[in-house]
Amino acid sequence: MANFETREVVTDLLIVGGGMAACGAAVEAAYWAKKHNVKVTLVDKAAMDRSGAVAMGLSAINQYVGLRDGQNTLKDYVDYVRNDLMGITREDLVANIARHVDSTVHLFEKWGLPIWKDENGAYVHEGRWQLMINGESYKVVVAEAAKNALGIDNIYERIFITEPLMNGDKCVGAVGFSVRENVFYVFKAKAVLVAMGGAVHVFKPRSSGEGLGRAWYPPWNSGSSAYFTIKSGCEMTCQEVRFIPVRFKDAYGPVGAWFLLFKARATNGLDENYMQTRAGELENWKPYGKVKPVPANLRNWLMLLDVMEGKGPIYMRTEEAIAAIADKYKDDPKVFKKKMKELETEAWEDFLDMTISQAILWAGMNVAPEEVKSEIAAAEPYFIGSHSGASGAWVSGPEDLQTPETKKEYFWGYAHMATIPGIFCAGDASGASSHKFSSGSHAEGRIAAKEAIRYIVDHPAAPSVDQKVVDELKAKILNPIDIYEKHYKYTSDPEIHPEYIKPKMFMFRLQKIMDEYCGGVSSQFKTSKALLEKGLVLLNFLREDAEKLAAKDLHELMRCWENTHRMWQAEAHLRTILFRKETRWPGYYFRADTPRMSEDWLAFANCKWHAKTGEWEMIKRPVKYINEAL
Amino acid sequence: MPSFVILEKCDGCKALDKTACQHICPNDLIVLNKETMKAFNCEPEMCWECYNCVKICPTQAVEVRGYADFVPLGAAVTPLRGTDTIMWTVKFRNGTLKRFKFPIRTTEEGKAVPDGGWGTGTDDLKSPVLFTEPDSAGLPNIPSLKVTQ
Ligand SMILES: Cc1cc2nc3c(=O)[nH]c(=O)nc-3n(C[C@H](O)[C@H](O)[C@H](O)COP(=O)(O)OP(=O)(O)OC[C@H]3O[C@@H](n4cnc5c(N)ncnc54)[C@H](O)[C@@H]3O)c2cc1C
Ligand code: SF4
Ligand code: SF4
Repeated sequence: MANFETREVVTDLLIVGGGMAACGAAVEAAYWAKKHNVKVTLVDKAAMDRSGAVAMGLSAINQYVGLRDGQNTLKDYVDYVRNDLMGITREDLVANIARHVDSTVHLFEKWGLPIWKDENGAYVHEGRWQLMINGESYKVVVAEAAKNALGIDNIYERIFITEPLMNGDKCVGAVGFSVRENVFYVFKAKAVLVAMGGAVHVFKPRSSGEGLGRAWYPPWNSGSSAYFTIKSGCEMTCQEVRFIPVRFKDAYGPVGAWFLLFKARATNGLDENYMQTRAGELENWKPYGKVKPVPANLRNWLMLLDVMEGKGPIYMRTEEAIAAIADKYKDDPKVFKKKMKELETEAWEDFLDMTISQAILWAGMNVAPEEVKSEIAAAEPYFIGSHSGASGAWVSGPEDLQTPETKKEYFWGYAHMATIPGIFCAGDASGASSHKFSSGSHAEGRIAAKEAIRYIVDHPAAPSVDQKVVDELKAKILNPIDIYEKHYKYTSDPEIHPEYIKPKMFMFRLQKIMDEYCGGVSSQFKTSKALLEKGLVLLNFLREDAEKLAAKDLHELMRCWENTHRMWQAEAHLRTILFRKETRWPGYYFRADTPRMSEDWLAFANCKWHAKTGEWEMIKRPVKYINEAL
Repeated sequence: MPSFVILEKCDGCKALDKTACQHICPNDLIVLNKETMKAFNCEPEMCWECYNCVKICPTQAVEVRGYADFVPLGAAVTPLRGTDTIMWTVKFRNGTLKRFKFPIRTTEEGKAVPDGGWGTGTDDLKSPVLFTEPDSAGLPNIPSLKVTQ
């Protein structure tokens, strides 16, 4: 076996991930840990200052309820999320996050995040729930508070968490390796808070060359949350609810400011507005088709219908929107000039704060948005349960937000704890509670951390770890290096070898399977039972070949495991689409053999992988709402 | 090649224990060539153009050239990040130049205080009230169901 030192870290609460949810967890856990003499450790694969989906910055906080000023109620938020997800939502979780999210946003402001204010000192809204920020350093500021709370000695960066550490059915920590030195890490813990984000590059991206990395979702989140929870035996939920954002085409720059703030329309190549010409289609998706705002997947769907009929390209009418705003100020040339300058700055900041590639693309195409419209398109499918997708682990709700009907289904002791005791989930790692975004993920991290500390106080026994399990995991995790070392000298090109597969080609194979059989971009997000079953056959071959992944160095070793994580996310996704015999989110995916929504499936489609048998169990769970009691 | 290093400008971070660009890249793409002491992007097709390596380089040796598979040549977007603001220069293919300056934070670097100045509301580990709440929420209490079970 490759010569790696083993380093052991014994702690009480282990936070895996260093993104928005993990940073929230760190701040909260540090406070309660001190009171209860609990040790907290955080591990991130990257540098916390710039890790996760907010690494580049953001230009908006997408969840702010405004309870303080009576802008909205909890019920308003829950209603919005349930409708946007076509009825499939855990309202107890959504409400729990929503009642804490404003506090998180107020903390962000104190920590130094510039939130736009109007002349009366009120937050400037982009939309009903969204606040405008100068967010280039959003992640830096949020990570700083987390680091200051936890202390740098309790934070491990550049450690890739590979596997859960199990003792029978109990999770007793996690293992991983450093991507900087040959060290294998064993973290022993009484509870683990999973917050390793979502997944991209499970599906083939539209880009084909050096722009491969420019997916909307950042290439460094590779399904580690899903893998960790699936492999530890947690029940998973909404694995079929992928997210496909419509963004400016190719660079995936944000459209929120254009749609919400500047009130732009989107039209097809014939200047038709598909939201009007195809309004009739919304009848087919009632009651959700008739709510305002129209759910994200249905807006996608109306657009895709145009695209499939060859009516593209689809354009964001930036020139119209700006002309309409300009028209308001046309009588006062001085105000007009000032307003136009403001608009231009806002439009560019939206890109520069969170998708700099879009600024390069516009500059490369000499785009002046007041003169020319810009193309938008549906990206490829991503797994981001915190945004408008919903995939993640099935977690307990809080006790005080249950009705007698929901309590027996949705409550098992500790809020945001998965079905494996001691595993807590937040952000993209927890499912059926979408629309938490950056702020809600942070809030959920706080909630889950407090509950995890409570769990530790209630269950103080030290984790009992079987050394044999650790040794086996170490051998398995380092195997790609061993395989490479053993074989690479045999061929003229170490990339091409009959005995092994390198992680990049492995990823391309996964992407091709998912793209062609599971409703990716090239099949216009359509699939069917027959296609899915064929895809599963190919995925099985891939799973066998995962044993033959080879890595020439630490960087590639990480790539090997990232792609194994992606593969498991892929299988959970495919199996759940197969299980749900209807189409509920057209615009995210379309089951051509069951093209309509069915009352039978106003239910959660859950799944669970059993380590002992290697089998997947599919589970249907009821949807029960609490909105009437809010 | 999305991010790239200008060889003449890179000094390998003067051989300090870690190079800035390598430390910050969220995708572990930047490597220092120990022989030439110059950094490089080892997997450009996995670059998100997040610009973190560009922003952090003390010698401005890292730049980004838009993805060649869909971006026409000739544009450049260049940041200059200070302690409280960032300056952007956007150069268009046709030579047009635009400059923008945005605030990035309102507090001194390193000074984010975890409790944000709010006293805590509870010592009760069982209650749903979190650290700094309910003050930080701006509410008298954290709301629950109207009719509890
Ligand atoms: C392009 C884009 C735009 C967005 N725009 C907005 C917006 O305008 N407003 C808004 O509020 N929200 C926005 N969001 C949503 C927001 O970014 C997410 O909801 C939020 O970041 C989710 O938090 P998280 O902690 O679950 O994941 P992340 O913040 O992504 O954090 C994941 C963490 O896990 C770490 N990690 C991953 N794998 C491993 C591993 N194997 N081992 C160790 N560590 C690991 C990563 O390094 C990272 O630290 C946007 C998201 C994207 C992708
Ligand atoms: S731009 Fe971002 S992803 Fe690309 S090399 Fe630099 S830090 Fe890494
Ligand atoms: S940060 Fe700049 S100077 Fe330092 S190694 Fe990287 S490119 Fe070279």
